[in-house]
Amino acid sequence: MTSFLNLDGNEAAARMAYQCNEVIAIYPITPSSNMGEWADEWASQGKPNLWGAVPKIIEMQSEGGAAGALHGALTSGALATSFTASQGLLLFIPNLYKIAGELSPFVLHVAARALATHALSIFGDHSDVMACRATGCAMLCANSVQEAQDFALIAQAATLAGRIPVIHFFDGFRTSHEVAKIVAVEPETVRAMIDDVQVAAHRTRALSPEHPVLRGTSQNPDVFFQSRERANPFYDAFPDIMQTAMDRFAVLTGRQYRLYDYVGAADAERVIVLMGSGAETAEETVQHLTARGEKVGLLKVRLYRPFAADALLAALPESVKAIAVLDRCKEPGADGEPLYKDVITALAQAAADGLCAMPKVIGGRYGLGSKEFTPGMVAAVFAELTRERPKRQFSIGIRDDVTHLSLDWDAAFRSDAARGLQQAVFWGLGADGTVSANKNSIKIVGEATDLQAQGYFVYDSKKSGAVTVSHLRFGPAAIRSTYLVEEGMAGFVACHQTVFVERYDLLAHAAPGGVFLLNTPSPAESVWGSLPEKMRAQIVDKGLQLWVIDAYAVAAEAGMGRRINTIMQTCFFAISGILPKDQAIAAIKKAVDKTYGKKSKRLADLNYGAIDKTLEHLHQAVIPDVGRQSLADSGGWVVGKVLPTYDLPAFVRDVTLPIYHGNGDALPVSLMSIDGTFPVGTAQYEKRNIALEIPVWEADICTQCGKCVFVCPHSAIRARVFSAEAVSNAPPTFKHVPAKSKDFPAGTHMSYQVAPEDCTGCGDCVEACPIHDKSNLSRRAVNMAEQAPLREAERDNYAFFLALPEFDRSAVKHTTIPGSMLLDPLFEYSGACAGCGETPYIRLATQLFGDRMLIANATGCSSIYGGNLPTTPYTVNGAGRGPAWSNSLFEDNAEFGLGMRLAADQLMIYAKQLVKELASEVGGDLANAMVEADQREEAGLYEQRRRVTLLLEKLVVSQHPRAKELISVAEWLIRRSVWIIGGDGWAYDIGYGGLDHVLALPYDVNILVLDTEVYSNTGGQTSKATPIGAVAKFSAGGKATAKKDLGKLASDYGHVYVANIAYGAKDTQTLRVFHEAESYDGPSLIVAYSPCIAHGFDMLYNQRQQDMAVKTGHWPLFRYDPRMAASGGNPFKLDSAVPSLPIKDFMANETRFAMLQRSHPEAAQHFLELAQKQAEQRFKTYQELAQGHADVPKTGA
Amino acid sequence: MIDLSTDYVGLKLKNPLVPSASPLSKNLDSALRLEDAGAGALVMYSLFEEELRAEEAMTDRFLLHADLGHGEADGFLPDHGHFTSCLDQYLDHLRQLKQRLEIPVIASLNGVSLSGWVELGKEMQQAGADALELNVYHVAADAAQSGDVVEARYLTLLEELRGSVNVPIIMKLSPYFSSLPHFVKQLEQAGARGIALFNRFMQPDIDLDSLRMVDQLHLSYPDEALLRMRWIAILRGRTALTLAATGGVHGYEEAIKLLLAGADVVHLASCLLQHGPAKLTQILHEMEAWMSEREYISVAQLKGSMSQQNLPDPSAMARASYIRVIEHYEAPRGVWR
Repeated sequence: MTSFLNLDGNEAAARMAYQCNEVIAIYPITPSSNMGEWADEWASQGKPNLWGAVPKIIEMQSEGGAAGALHGALTSGALATSFTASQGLLLFIPNLYKIAGELSPFVLHVAARALATHALSIFGDHSDVMACRATGCAMLCANSVQEAQDFALIAQAATLAGRIPVIHFFDGFRTSHEVAKIVAVEPETVRAMIDDVQVAAHRTRALSPEHPVLRGTSQNPDVFFQSRERANPFYDAFPDIMQTAMDRFAVLTGRQYRLYDYVGAADAERVIVLMGSGAETAEETVQHLTARGEKVGLLKVRLYRPFAADALLAALPESVKAIAVLDRCKEPGADGEPLYKDVITALAQAAADGLCAMPKVIGGRYGLGSKEFTPGMVAAVFAELTRERPKRQFSIGIRDDVTHLSLDWDAAFRSDAARGLQQAVFWGLGADGTVSANKNSIKIVGEATDLQAQGYFVYDSKKSGAVTVSHLRFGPAAIRSTYLVEEGMAGFVACHQTVFVERYDLLAHAAPGGVFLLNTPSPAESVWGSLPEKMRAQIVDKGLQLWVIDAYAVAAEAGMGRRINTIMQTCFFAISGILPKDQAIAAIKKAVDKTYGKKSKRLADLNYGAIDKTLEHLHQAVIPDVGRQSLADSGGWVVGKVLPTYDLPAFVRDVTLPIYHGNGDALPVSLMSIDGTFPVGTAQYEKRNIALEIPVWEADICTQCGKCVFVCPHSAIRARVFSAEAVSNAPPTFKHVPAKSKDFPAGTHMSYQVAPEDCTGCGDCVEACPIHDKSNLSRRAVNMAEQAPLREAERDNYAFFLALPEFDRSAVKHTTIPGSMLLDPLFEYSGACAGCGETPYIRLATQLFGDRMLIANATGCSSIYGGNLPTTPYTVNGAGRGPAWSNSLFEDNAEFGLGMRLAADQLMIYAKQLVKELASEVGGDLANAMVEADQREEAGLYEQRRRVTLLLEKLVVSQHPRAKELISVAEWLIRRSVWIIGGDGWAYDIGYGGLDHVLALPYDVNILVLDTEVYSNTGGQTSKATPIGAVAKFSAGGKATAKKDLGKLASDYGHVYVANIAYGAKDTQTLRVFHEAESYDGPSLIVAYSPCIAHGFDMLYNQRQQDMAVKTGHWPLFRYDPRMAASGGNPFKLDSAVPSLPIKDFMANETRFAMLQRSHPEAAQHFLELAQKQAEQRFKTYQELAQGHADVPKTGA
Repeated sequence: MIDLSTDYVGLKLKNPLVPSASPLSKNLDSALRLEDAGAGALVMYSLFEEELRAEEAMTDRFLLHADLGHGEADGFLPDHGHFTSCLDQYLDHLRQLKQRLEIPVIASLNGVSLSGWVELGKEMQQAGADALELNVYHVAADAAQSGDVVEARYLTLLEELRGSVNVPIIMKLSPYFSSLPHFVKQLEQAGARGIALFNRFMQPDIDLDSLRMVDQLHLSYPDEALLRMRWIAILRGRTALTLAATGGVHGYEEAIKLLLAGADVVHLASCLLQHGPAKLTQILHEMEAWMSEREYISVAQLKGSMSQQNLPDPSAMARASYIRVIEHYEAPRGVWR
C-alpha cells in the first residue's frame, strides 16, 4: 500500500540516511542543520536503523572534524554519513579526496548553498557542490522533496555497490525547507535496496588488528601517478551501477529515474539542460509550452559525476537544434559554468566523432543565492534559443545593466499548472506561529485528501519583529512549482497582523475573486473604513471577499493569551473550502492533540475552545458598493514606514530602502557594490516600530547613573549632556534636567532619550534601573509605556536629541558608567533579538573605542545582526569615523583579525619609516612626535590624529618624491584597535585552534567572545561552552560534561589579558575590563556571558539571570592581567564574591535546565549535583589563584 | 500492647503519625523509608496548579513555538518526545507509590482555578489516591470581597470536586477565618470528610539590599503546634469531620498534645526534613512510652480527651490569653470569698 508523508527535503533525506548508517558525525550549518537534528531526535528516541541498531550521532567541532571522524569510522568498517552545506562542505573537501581515494562507500547529503564570496548567503545554489567536482566523489542531484528521499537511498545502494562515495545534493531552502507531500519509501524498500553482501564486503576491507593492513601511505614519484589511475575502472563502472540502483528502486517503488531524464516533445528542437529544483519549474513550463505546440524539452541531469556523456547524449532527442545549459553557480573568469562546459564537451566530442550534428549551445546562470526561477524565466530561455544569435553566456532572473548578459522575461507569464492550483499566501510574525500552523495545515490537507500539497516559507533577516510569508499550494497532480506564489495567483491571502496592512502590499498576490482574511480589532461592519485606500481599491478591482476576525480577542477569551496560530488556521479552513469545514476542524483538533496532548491536556482543551469560538467570531465584511475603483486612481503605496523627513543619502534611497521594502529583486546589477563593500550607518533609516511599549524617562527621580543606556541591546536609549541654551528651542515634550555630575560646568543639562521607533520593547532598561520612587516602589526612573501614543512626540524629541552637538569626549569620564554612557554608540538598532545579551557588549566597545576599531567578526548571530542586509548597524560619529567591520568565515576569525593587526602594525612601521625619511620635509619635531607618539590612551591618539592632519597638509604641497607614498599610508600612523568578535561556537569549537594560536602570539588584539553557551544562530546546538546539565540540540539528555573554561586556559599562557565578565551582574567590572583589554599591549580575551533566547527564558530577565549566574558560581567574574605579574603582583583577580546561592536557583529559571527535570529527572538531579560541585571547585581554584596559592603563570608582558 | 490505630477520613491507619506534604515524598526511596519508619499514611508533596500553568507557558513558548521567523533557526531546544509534564510526573509517581507502599497515600493539590481543582482532582483519583488533601490557601486581599464570598469560593470548589470524585476530601485550611467552627460546619455540609489545621505558607519577605520581594519558607517551630492544638480542641466534638493537625510537631510532646486536643492524625514535615525518617520512629516510640507510662491502652482513648468540651474549664481554650491573666485574680467558684 502506498503511504504518504508530508515533510521537507531535509527530513526526507535524513530518514533514508538514518536507516542506512551506523555512525553519523555532523556539524550544524544552515540549511542542512535539520538533517542532523532529525537524526539526533530519532537516535534519542531509540529508533533503530535497518539492522536494528541505533546509529551513533556525534556533533563535532567543525565540518573538518566531522569529516575526519567519518573517515575514521569508514576505514574501520562502519557505515557512516553526514549532512552539510556551503562552507561546511568546503571543510569536508580534504577528507572527500581521501575517502574517494580509498574507495570507501559513503554518502554525504548536502543542502546545496551559496559560498561566501563578496558576501555570505545562507541560500541555495550549487557553488558549494561544484567546488567538490574534482574530489573523486560521485555527484547525484535531487530536484524535489520526493527525489531527496528517493536519491538518498539510491545513492547509498550505489555507493555500496560501486565503492565510489556519493555527494547527494538538493537545493538549500527551496528543497531542503520546502514541505511537500511525497510517497514514502517503506522500510521493506530500504531493506531490499541495501545489499548486505556489499555491507559485509565493506566490513571486510576495514582496518583490523586481526588481519592488519596499512592505508594512507606516502608515495613517491615512481608510483603515485599509476596508483591514481588504478581506480579508473570503478569510475567507468559507476554510472551503470547507479542506473542499476535506480532500476532496482523502480521495480520496488514504481518510480523510475535515469541518469539523465528527458521530458518534453519527442521532436524537440530546443532543450534546456539543468539540475536541481529549477528542473521542476522547467518541466512545468515545458508542459505548458508543448501543450501549445512548441518543440521544447528538458534534460534533467541526475548524475553529474562521474559524468556519463554517452548516457546524456542518448537521452537528448535527435531533433535538438539548440541547447541552453543552466548552471546555478558562477565561476568568475571561466568561459562558462561547469555543467555547460561538460555538456558542450560531450556534444563536441560526439560531433567530432561524427555521431551527431553539433547543436547551438548556450550557457546561462540562474538562481544564485536562491534567486527566484519562474516559468516566465524558463520561457525566456527557450525564446532566446529561437534567436539567430542567442547570447552564448547569459543570466536569467536579474537585470544586468552592466555587462548586459541578462535575458528579459515576461513577469506576467503564468503556467497552466500554476493556474490549476489552489494557492495561498499568509503574512505573519515570526513569533506568532504562522509558519508552524501552515506546516500543520499542509499535513492536514496532505493526510486528509488526495491533494498534493506544498509549502515554502520566506523568513526575515531580522531576529526581532521578524515577518514571515508562507506560500502554500494544493492541487490534484504533482506540484512542480518551485518558486513563490506569483502576483495575482493566490486565491487566499491572510494577514495575521493588523499593522501589516499599512506596511506591505498584501494583496499583490491575491487572485481575482479570491479571499482576503484579516486579523483586525475592527468589526466586520466598520473594517472597510480602516483599510488604506489602495487596499480598498485592490479589493474592489479584484472582487475579493473580505473576512475578518479579531484573533487576539478570541485568543484572550479562550484563555490562550496572545497565541493566535490555531485560530487563524481554523479561519483558513473555514473559508478557503480546501476541505469540508467539519472534517478540517476535526483534523485541526487532532493536530492540536498531537502537539499538546502529552504536554498539557488543558492547553489542548483551550485550543479546542478557541477553534470553536473562532467560527463564531469569523465574519465576512460587507464591501460597500463604491463602484469599480482603478488602482491607478489611488496614491502610491507607502510601505514599511513613514520615511524620515531629513534627506536620505542616495545609496539608502536607491538601494537600502528598496531592499527593505521587499523590492530588492528589481534592483539592477549596476546599483550593486562591485566588491561587497557597503556604507555603514544605514540601520537608522529602518524605523521598524516593533515595540508595543517603550521606556519613558522620569527625570525627577533619575540619578543619571547611565545603567539603562548600558544594558540597552539596540542603543535605543541614550544619554547626552549639553548646555541649557542648546535646548532653548526643544520640542515641547523634550525632557532635560541639570546634570547632577560635578564633572560638568554649571548650566550643563542632561537628557536620557529613547529612540521610539528603534526600541524593541524588551524592558531591560527598566529592569536595570536601580532607582525607585521612594514612595512608590513600582515607579522607577524609566518605566514602560504604550508606544503608539508616544511615537510622534518622541520621534521629534529623538531627532532633536540627535541633532544636539556632541559633548567633548575628553570632558567625560570614560571609566565610570554614567560618564561612559554619555559617549555615542557606534552600533545601533541592529536586528538582534529583543533583550539580546550580546549586543550591549558590542555597543559598549563602540562607545569607548569605536572611532579607531577594526572588527573581525566570526560568522554567527553577531555577523547576522551586524551585517545582514538591508541595513548596517555599525555607524559613524560626527567626524565620520567609526568601526570598520568585516566577516571572513566562521572558522578563521581569530586569524582574520590577526591579519588586520599585522597590516596595521606593518603599515604603521612603514609610515613611520617614511616620516623619518621625510623628517626634514615635515619638520623634525612633528616627525619625532609622530614616531614616538604614545597612543594607548584616547588623548594620545587624538593628538596623533591632529599631527597626521598637519602632516598631510604639508605633504600635499611637498615636492619630495616619497611624499605621495607617505600620503597613502599616513592614516596608519594612527593606532588601530583591532577587535575580534564572535560567539562560543567559533571560540570554543570551530575557531579554537586559530584562537589559541593568536592568543599564543604577542600581538595586540582584543578578542571578545559573546558566550551564549550554545550555537544560537543555527538554532541551539551544543557547543563546548554549553554547561553541564543543559539541554541543547545534540544534548537532549543534558550535556554530560563540564563547560570548557576558556578564560582559565588562556590565562595559562601568562601573557594574555583575560577576563570573565557579565554586565548584568557587575557593570563596573565589565567597563573596567574593556578599558584594561584595550590598554594592554598584547592579546586580550574577554569572555562575556550573554543570555540568549535559546536559554529559554524571557530576555526581560536577562540581567537577573546574569546576576544569578554570578551569585551561584556558574559564571565567576575574574581578570587576569599580566601587567600585574610584571610588577610583582598577582595577575589573577577574582571579581565576584563566594557563591551565595545554590546553582539550582539559577538553573530553575531557564528552560534549558528545567526541561531536563521533565524529560530525564534522574539525570537532571545528577547533573545538578555535579554542577554544584564543579562550581564550588572552580571557585575554590580561582580563590587559590587570587590568593596566590596556586601556580599563577608569571611570565607577564 | 497499645492500640495506636486511628481512623482518618474513613481510612484505618496503624498509627496517627502521617508525614505531610513535603519533598520527602518526591522520591520513592524516601517514601519507602517513611513507611518503614512507621508512618500511618503518607501525604504526597503538593501539585501546584500554578506550577503546572507556568510549565505550560514555558513549553508553549520555548519548546513548541520558539521560532523567531529567522531562516536559520526554527527553535532552540530539542523536543524529542521524552517530555513528561509535571502533572504526568506527579500522577506517575502517585501510581508508583500506590504500587509500592502499603499505607494509604493521600494526594495533595494546590489549585488556583475552579476547573483546575476539578480536572486535577479527578486525575489524582484515577491515579489511585486514597484521599485528596486540598491545599486551599487563598489570600483574601480584595476589599470588594466579603468574608462570605471568600468562604463561598472554598465551598463551591469543594462541591464541584465532590461531584466529580468519590475519594474522601480533606480541606487543609489557613487559620484566617472569622469563624472557623461555622465555616468547618459548612465544609462538612458541602461534603468534606476531614480538615487539616493549619496550612503554613510561603511568606513574601523584603530584601533590604535589592528592595525586592523574596519568598521565604522556614521550617516550623514547636510552639506553632499550640495554635493547632487550640483549634482542634475547639472543633473536636463539634464536627463529624476527622481532624488532622499539621505544623509544629517536632517531638512526641506536640504529637501527644494534639491527640489529647482531639486530632485524629498528626502530620510531620519539618522534623523529618531536619532529622530524616528515623525521627518518626523515635516519636512513635516515645509516644508509646508516654502512653504506656500513663497506662493508656489506645490512641482512641487518648484522642480528644482534652478537647474543649472535655476540659474542666472550656474557656481555657477559647479565651484570649490576656483575659486568662485577669482570671487569676478571681477566686475559684467553690470558694467563699
